[in-house]
Amino acid sequence: MTTLTATALQAGYGPSTILTDLDLAVPPGAITAIVGANACGKSTLLRCMARLLRPSGGQVVLDGRSLRKIPTRELARSLGLLPQSPIAPDGITVADLVSHGRHPHQGMLTRWSHADDMAVAAALEATQTTELAERDVDELSGGQRQRVWIAMALAQETDVLLLDEPTTFLDIAHQVEVLDLLVDLNRKRGTTIVMVLHDLNLAARYADHLVAILRGKVHAAGTAHSVLTEKMVEQVFGVRCRVITDPTSGQPMMLPLGRHCTTAQSSDGGTLS
Amino acid sequence: MTGQTPNTGTIAALRMTRLRTRLQLVLIMIGLLAAGIGLTLMTGPSMTTPIDLLRILVGHDVPGASFAVLELRLPRATMSILTGMSFGLGGVIFQTLLRNPLASPDIIGISAGASAAAVFAIVVLGWSGAAVSITAVAAGLTVALLIYLLAWRDGVSGARLILVGIGLSAMLDSMIAYVLLRAPAWKMQDALRWLTGSVNGATLEEALPVLLSLAAFGGLLLARRDKLEAMRLGDDTAAALGVPLASAKVLAVMSAVGLIAVATAVSGPVAFVAFLSGPIAKYIAGPGRSPLIRAALVGALLMLSGDFAGQHLLIGRYPVGVVTGALGAPYLIFLIIWSNRTERKL
Repeated sequence: MTTLTATALQAGYGPSTILTDLDLAVPPGAITAIVGANACGKSTLLRCMARLLRPSGGQVVLDGRSLRKIPTRELARSLGLLPQSPIAPDGITVADLVSHGRHPHQGMLTRWSHADDMAVAAALEATQTTELAERDVDELSGGQRQRVWIAMALAQETDVLLLDEPTTFLDIAHQVEVLDLLVDLNRKRGTTIVMVLHDLNLAARYADHLVAILRGKVHAAGTAHSVLTEKMVEQVFGVRCRVITDPTSGQPMMLPLGRHCTTAQSSDGGTLS
Repeated sequence: MTGQTPNTGTIAALRMTRLRTRLQLVLIMIGLLAAGIGLTLMTGPSMTTPIDLLRILVGHDVPGASFAVLELRLPRATMSILTGMSFGLGGVIFQTLLRNPLASPDIIGISAGASAAAVFAIVVLGWSGAAVSITAVAAGLTVALLIYLLAWRDGVSGARLILVGIGLSAMLDSMIAYVLLRAPAWKMQDALRWLTGSVNGATLEEALPVLLSLAAFGGLLLARRDKLEAMRLGDDTAAALGVPLASAKVLAVMSAVGLIAVATAVSGPVAFVAFLSGPIAKYIAGPGRSPLIRAALVGALLMLSGDFAGQHLLIGRYPVGVVTGALGAPYLIFLIIWSNRTERKL
């Protein structure tokens, strides 16, 4: 199992520091969701873990080796990333896009092999995009497109997959579809998944491990039950809420209280606790 | 991890079909190019028959025709093809890397820089041969660096880079005009070469550096094309796929500048060949990979047919740059109007 940890991580853009002394251990083989308010450093953390951003202090360690010391291609074979808004070149087909995932597995001299074809076919199948293989990526719906991008990351066959807000711009049906797909991936292939999510309730439902970030530090980390509390939401997001138990999953879920919210009676007569 | 799925064969077949389509197109274009070469070698003030042409090419001496074919037309056709391929390939690399068809080296001043350096080296310093090529490459790289630095403001945006390049290009063009005016004795043909590009009076010796640069830089670009393809997905995705971004970009830009500059050092900044080849190749090829070889072949066809038209089809004789300039200008205007309305990437 691949381990990924960040210790005493500091990072930012230019003079502004966003991550201040952040420690995080990603549980191997599990789904981790990173939550936090806008500009708290969620994406910066993800970028550091994918080595897109060089930390100004501290380090990220993958399987006992500092990220900085791992050769680029080798890193791309064990760690994949789906950025928030990836760019699909004009007129690229689904099969071609997914084939890009094989890039780190090919050398200057090794040609495209049968193993590459198999990985692409398996990635298309896992994301149920096989029948889209010949279509233009431009023509797809938002949900389909996100599945195709995930297929590309799957074809990369990495042990760890990082995703920056994979459900943004998707309607609720497609959000659930994408998250279900990630759970399948985690259960079937044992891929360690780390994703930044905006929706706290979806994060609590789908993640094994929840990490709340506040002002560049880990504020709370653990199971949804231990992390998603009314106090945490108030501290991290600055919003008062009620946390109740999701009747289907048994996971906690939160209901924000706006300024106009009045105390209501729940349908079975009791007040919300 | 990945078992054999029934779709593996489908994926492989899909890939083979695409490869075959690409190969077919390349072969058709090589055929057209061969026909163009044949026509160029036969056509002149006195026409050479196909039979005579074949006899000359296998080594026979045909009085009255051998000289025209081997000493005048063959170098000219060779030069057109080699420079055309260099312009086409260099152009499409820039357009692909910067995701903008306007970001072609002949629009953003790389060609003008190479041309200004070449004309200065030849006219003022009296240099020739490899020294001119090297000066042109150095100038091209300097201009590329200058554009990058001038366009830098917390990162480089494509639009700002293009505007800075257009400005620099105008300055360099006026420098070329100044050098030509100050030159002790200059011929109209020479002036036109450095202002719009021409293959007049080309020799095979002059074509040699272009061939070498095409082999070296072109070979390098083709060998690293998977990195170029991955970079089309955006910097973050490319980095996550294991592309060493900094070195990949620098190598691609330097190779493209090398191609453009060496070709410009012998033929001048042939107007719009670099700018037109990529989009034409893309249009013919349809969706898929960035058409590198096909853009190079389109460049060669543009140069060859442009020179043929300028020499034989128009009233009076014009250098190739005048013809390609007349072709490219409307497209440039169209592109500027159109790209204002839609976000366009090549």
